[in-house]
Amino acid sequence: MTQFGELWKSSLRDLFVEAASEAMRAAGVDTVDSILVGNMSGGQFVGQEHLGPLFADHLGLAGVAATRIESACASGGAALRLAFIEVASGASDLVLAAGVEKMNDGSEVTEVLASAADQETEAYHGITFPGLYAMIARAHMTEFGTTEEDLSWVSVKNHRHGALNSKAQFAREVTLEEVMNSSPVADPLRLLHCSPVTDGAAAVLLCPLSEAHKYTDKPIRILGSGLATGSMALADRKNPAVLDAVQKSCERAYEMANVGPGDLDVAEVHDCFSISEICCVEAMGLFDRGQGGKGAREGITALGGKIPVNTSGGLKSKGHPVGATGVAQAIEIYEQLRGESGARQVDGAKVGLSQNMGGSGASSVVHIFGRA
Amino acid sequence: MPSPRYTREIPTRYRLEANRCVSCEKVVYPARLVCPACQGREFEPMRLSQRGKVITSTVVHVPPGAWLMEAPYAVAIIETPEGARLMAQVVDCDPKSVVPGMEVGLEFRLLKREGHSGILCYGHKGVPTTVPEVTG
Repeated sequence: MTQFGELWKSSLRDLFVEAASEAMRAAGVDTVDSILVGNMSGGQFVGQEHLGPLFADHLGLAGVAATRIESACASGGAALRLAFIEVASGASDLVLAAGVEKMNDGSEVTEVLASAADQETEAYHGITFPGLYAMIARAHMTEFGTTEEDLSWVSVKNHRHGALNSKAQFAREVTLEEVMNSSPVADPLRLLHCSPVTDGAAAVLLCPLSEAHKYTDKPIRILGSGLATGSMALADRKNPAVLDAVQKSCERAYEMANVGPGDLDVAEVHDCFSISEICCVEAMGLFDRGQGGKGAREGITALGGKIPVNTSGGLKSKGHPVGATGVAQAIEIYEQLRGESGARQVDGAKVGLSQNMGGSGASSVVHIFGRA
Repeated sequence: MPSPRYTREIPTRYRLEANRCVSCEKVVYPARLVCPACQGREFEPMRLSQRGKVITSTVVHVPPGAWLMEAPYAVAIIETPEGARLMAQVVDCDPKSVVPGMEVGLEFRLLKREGHSGILCYGHKGVPTTVPEVTG
């Protein structure tokens, strides 16, 4: 994957080529059967659609099958899932699953992101993405007693992890006071409860397990994959404090992998806003409903805790180039299971999960990984 | 929202027109072709009451361009007595006072302008209602 950040010197296509080349170089291959690219909105961010052939061409692989996959901020996870299915079906033996987003090129980011909400019933009334998650946060606080401090501990924890990640956009620690006194974005969410606007790309290669040793000495196996959707508009959810799609996608992945939340050693979850990590660790079954705030507050989900969550720094500290996020999460888990995470290493990690979300929780993609 | 599309939304936005599913009685707002609860396809048209209760809310401090001059403003999910839930701004009050449980009326208001020469976009906004104390 590329550095995450404000990469003014790199274009959308450059970011893809850099991440894809790194993945192919590591595996020692010069071509692939197929390319699937997660990207939320090349069209709105930089005015570029039809990314499949553009990227194949710029990678020097014009002619190869290549398609762009869109599921808002879950685009990367969705591309990974389709690559997994493409290999599992026997249609392809080597698939490049990538994700890329170029958000810092002068577009109206707030408006572009809001197009992942319901245009007719939500965006029309002036709501923003931080605003939607703020409503989820307030519902969670009202029903379960979650506090602003609970939200803030998620940011403190993830920045502590991200400070150890040289690819993170904000590789530095923040204090609880800094988070709680940062400027308000959408009450009760403040600036340091929100993931940043990021450029970046990530890429991985998928192949049948029987062929994996051709490309690496330590392959990582995808044990399960789950995708679920929920009501598009937040108003249509029975309980706005609960992310149903996340729970369903986890259940589907757990079932396929034949593991449960208690088997996980490490997880990357979609903390686009700190409340979403709290809701997601509940939906994953790591905490009872309403108790997710305990995770970061009590250090249970911190490095060294019972189940470290977002060891990469998460979307909060590492950055959130929306279409790339799902693939970058998979790379963090891949490195953790191979024992290559350096100062962020979870000792002896054998099973890991990545959870990638789109919209205000209307899409969720989950993958479970294990050592091969 | 491009102007041709705007016309289609008028019944929903101007008159709070909804549909009640004939088979499961769910109130669907805005109207849809398929009932999200039972997949029924037969509906009776109805109109929502112009009032409701705040389910959850926020105050937007960093708005999209069209509302730059309005921020900070409150946005809420409001449930009408018919059980339909909709998103709307809540105005004519301190935005911080808009919290779950608050009773609001739904009033027809201007929401935004499509630039300097575009159409004016209307819809409903919540306005807090004072419930008189019952005595005696």
